[in-house]
Amino acid sequence: MPSGGRASLTMAVDADPKPTASASALRGFFDGDVWHSFRTSPVAMLAAFIVLVCFVCALFAEIVAPHNPFDLATLELLDSLKPPAWVEGGEAKYSLGTDGQGRDILSALMYGARISLLVGIASVLLSILIGVSLGLLAGFLGGRTDAFIMRICDVMLSFPSILVALMISGIGRSLFPHAPDMLAFVVLVLAIALTGWVQYARTVRGSTLVERNKEYVQAARVIGVGPLRIMRRHVLPNVLGPVLVLATIQIASAIITEATLSFLGVGVPATSPSLGTLIRNGNDYLFSGEWWITAWPSLTLVLITLSVNLLGDWLRDALNPRLR
Amino acid sequence: MTAAPLLEVSHLRVEFPTRRGTLLALDDISFSIASGEILGVVGESGAGKSLTGAAIIGLLDPPGRIAAGEIKLTGRRIDNLPYEQMRRIRGKEIGAVFQDPLTSLNPLYTVGRQLIETITTHLDLSATQARVRAIELLASTGIPAPEARVDHFPHQFSGGMRQRVVIALALAANPRLIVADEPTTALDVSIQAQIIALLKKVCREQGAAVMLVTHDMGVIAETCDRVAVMYAGRIAEIGPVADVIHRPAHPYTVGLMGSIPAMDEDRERLLQIDGAMPRLTAIPPGCAFNPRCPHAVDRCRAERPEIAEVGATHAACWQPVAVEALR
Amino acid sequence: MSVFILRRLAQAVVVMLAVAFIAFMLFQFVGDPVTNLLGQDATEEQRIALRKDLGLDQPFPVQFARFAGNAVQGEFGISLRQGRKVSTLIAERFPATLELAVVAGLIALGLGIPLGVYAALRRGKASAQLLMTGTLFGVSLPNFVIGIVLIWVFAVELKWLPSFGRGEVLSFGSWTSGLLTRDGLLHLILPAFTLSAFQLTLIMRLVRAEMLEVLRTDYIRFARARGLSDRSVYFGHALKNTLVPVITITGLQLGSLIAFAIITEQVFQWPGMGLLFIQAVQFADIPVMAAYLCLISLIFVVINLGVDLLYFAVDPRLRVEGKAH
Repeated sequence: MPSGGRASLTMAVDADPKPTASASALRGFFDGDVWHSFRTSPVAMLAAFIVLVCFVCALFAEIVAPHNPFDLATLELLDSLKPPAWVEGGEAKYSLGTDGQGRDILSALMYGARISLLVGIASVLLSILIGVSLGLLAGFLGGRTDAFIMRICDVMLSFPSILVALMISGIGRSLFPHAPDMLAFVVLVLAIALTGWVQYARTVRGSTLVERNKEYVQAARVIGVGPLRIMRRHVLPNVLGPVLVLATIQIASAIITEATLSFLGVGVPATSPSLGTLIRNGNDYLFSGEWWITAWPSLTLVLITLSVNLLGDWLRDALNPRLR
Repeated sequence: MTAAPLLEVSHLRVEFPTRRGTLLALDDISFSIASGEILGVVGESGAGKSLTGAAIIGLLDPPGRIAAGEIKLTGRRIDNLPYEQMRRIRGKEIGAVFQDPLTSLNPLYTVGRQLIETITTHLDLSATQARVRAIELLASTGIPAPEARVDHFPHQFSGGMRQRVVIALALAANPRLIVADEPTTALDVSIQAQIIALLKKVCREQGAAVMLVTHDMGVIAETCDRVAVMYAGRIAEIGPVADVIHRPAHPYTVGLMGSIPAMDEDRERLLQIDGAMPRLTAIPPGCAFNPRCPHAVDRCRAERPEIAEVGATHAACWQPVAVEALR
Repeated sequence: MSVFILRRLAQAVVVMLAVAFIAFMLFQFVGDPVTNLLGQDATEEQRIALRKDLGLDQPFPVQFARFAGNAVQGEFGISLRQGRKVSTLIAERFPATLELAVVAGLIALGLGIPLGVYAALRRGKASAQLLMTGTLFGVSLPNFVIGIVLIWVFAVELKWLPSFGRGEVLSFGSWTSGLLTRDGLLHLILPAFTLSAFQLTLIMRLVRAEMLEVLRTDYIRFARARGLSDRSVYFGHALKNTLVPVITITGLQLGSLIAFAIITEQVFQWPGMGLLFIQAVQFADIPVMAAYLCLISLIFVVINLGVDLLYFAVDPRLRVEGKAH
């Protein structure tokens, strides 16, 4: 065959493939039906609104929060244990009350939410990275690699996530007993990420197996297009949809896991309290009547996870072509 | 007809209210079945045969509902009965046989338990007596070694045997009418004949009438006394089997009979009816068959024909085929 | 069938070996194995003696075999934090956790199944919708938040129930039980309900989904066509078919209950294995962590096996006896 033909064959495969059905569908949806479905669902809109507010507060905590709970200079012990503003004894300055050290609860909430959201999202991203890579590897290489990875998946699935997270956290602590905060965060994110990657791996592996056998992929391999490129160009766009759906389920669960670990005292370091840490601290005051110290962080946590779950539910239904 | 009919369906209308409007699935159906008679109901998929059976036993899947008309069993109206009263009629007076014997039986219970349960629900027998009757029923439907097999689970029976069990269950309380919805479609061809013969035999023995719904004309020819041809939710033609088959009056029936290959004929091409049955949402005005009918005239497109006597059968047609040989 | 059992047993052994390996690695490489076994107050002579005893100069497989052998006998050395034998500590705490988990499991099943059936049968009615919305909360509320809320309502405000510890317990040999005293039972209520909450939600959703599926099947339709009563159709046929997959899934959840007890025990300061484990993680107490890991894995493996056997007992299709004829 003349070299011109071969070059054109390479070009045909190497050039950006036409957007696969689901990728362009994804874009199409967002332009039309999904947006419409969003506008007509009051629950989804409310949930999105709450999530947005929390995001903004968390992101711009320095600007939005009325006080800085970490600036020791601004704390006044005399102001400690003040109830919320509408209860007798409260002050407008501290709208939701103060804790045992005089810190404003509302401000602490915003900073805490920032940590919670940061850790939650970071772990999900890491989960996706690990899961998708392993899934691609398993699907593409097949054979023993595939079997091995799937075995690990099976074993990991049969263990509850909290146990895995705790073990890794514990091992991290033993290995680095006096770790700097940054390292503690890394270990935490890793711990949570390792509880959630399995689902991604399985889904991606499934898609990879399907794509691998398609003719255009085989043609590409014959010509010598590297496996990495094939995975990136052909398989990845197809798994975008399911991965997105999985991520929405996992984010709430990642936030809860982080909160749980922090509540148990083995999560974020004490200097950067997340919502879980705040709840833990406030728990001590429950019996002496200062309910607000633990109530507001709890409520915020529940609001965030509930909203994320609702958004996730709506997104799943909106992206599911069968329900139209 | 001297005796009153066992089952009488008059102007039955079944609707499905949907978001896009109301679908009319059965439009003014009328027919009757006499005691001990076997009526076949034949037609293409979607013509409304199964729905008719479902309406009669009162198990229309919601949101389907009976919008108009009457169903009478031994002169008594049953279409408007409350659930509990209809429940007592089901099984006791009307038995049902569905298409797939594999999914009709609960896989977790023995065949005997399912039989005994049905028997004791409707008949006043003790558990031991019920068991004896269960074994008798299995024997009468041709299942070998019934005393042993009564304690077997459904998955231990082959397809044909399972359908015999289903028939035994339908007959458990001695109903006067059996509604059989495509009872042989899911079975091997070799088994089909056996099951049909069995159905015919036990029904004659018990004196039960049968409404046999199927799309297989061969089965109809073998088994039925009368046959109703359904099209797009309406009855096109109804009459004694031999007449409908050999001297059909409605053009649709003519087309149906003509499209069946016969071994003793020498034809070059099978007769084909152009077009397809209209969907429920797009039924043409007038006669539903008019777009495909070679004899259609303006009246057919404007007015819906009533069922009228044509020769030996009754057909709903303004231009029935002359009662001569159809070739 | 016996082939099946043998195969599952072999798999179980493999999993346990893998877990033992991980625990072994923990001992060897995280922290000092001698310290792990002797505690931090050992003298130098003791250390040298133990080093020889342990054969730390022996090849890897020999060390692992020894570890595994010890593990099977429940010997995990001495807790770094408390200075006592790990096996004793765990044995002391085990009854508390087991009682809590079992009661929580019973609550989850006892409430979850009826509520799920109700939600399926009354589908579309307001009460069912309300229930399903409630399950959304159950999935979104973390275990410890539920515990705190319950404590606040019932212990702080209403002062009806205690919220700390196990209360009065009776000993039977090495087992301690809080189920036989009124005080013990009162203390059990809040933690058990907290622990059961998540499972309850899951079971309810599962039962409802399964039941709705089953109600659409042909055999239910045929049962109705035979004129069987609603009670027979729903509770004789539909329920049994619904419960087969449900019971097996929830059996697997029992193991997860024991793990989630970690959180509940912290909230209520319940003196169980979970609390012990948390303290071990906070303190980097390797021997306890390793022992807990092995024990939990054993429990999981045993439960998995049990569930598989249960499936056999319940679903006749799996007992391939005669061929179909």
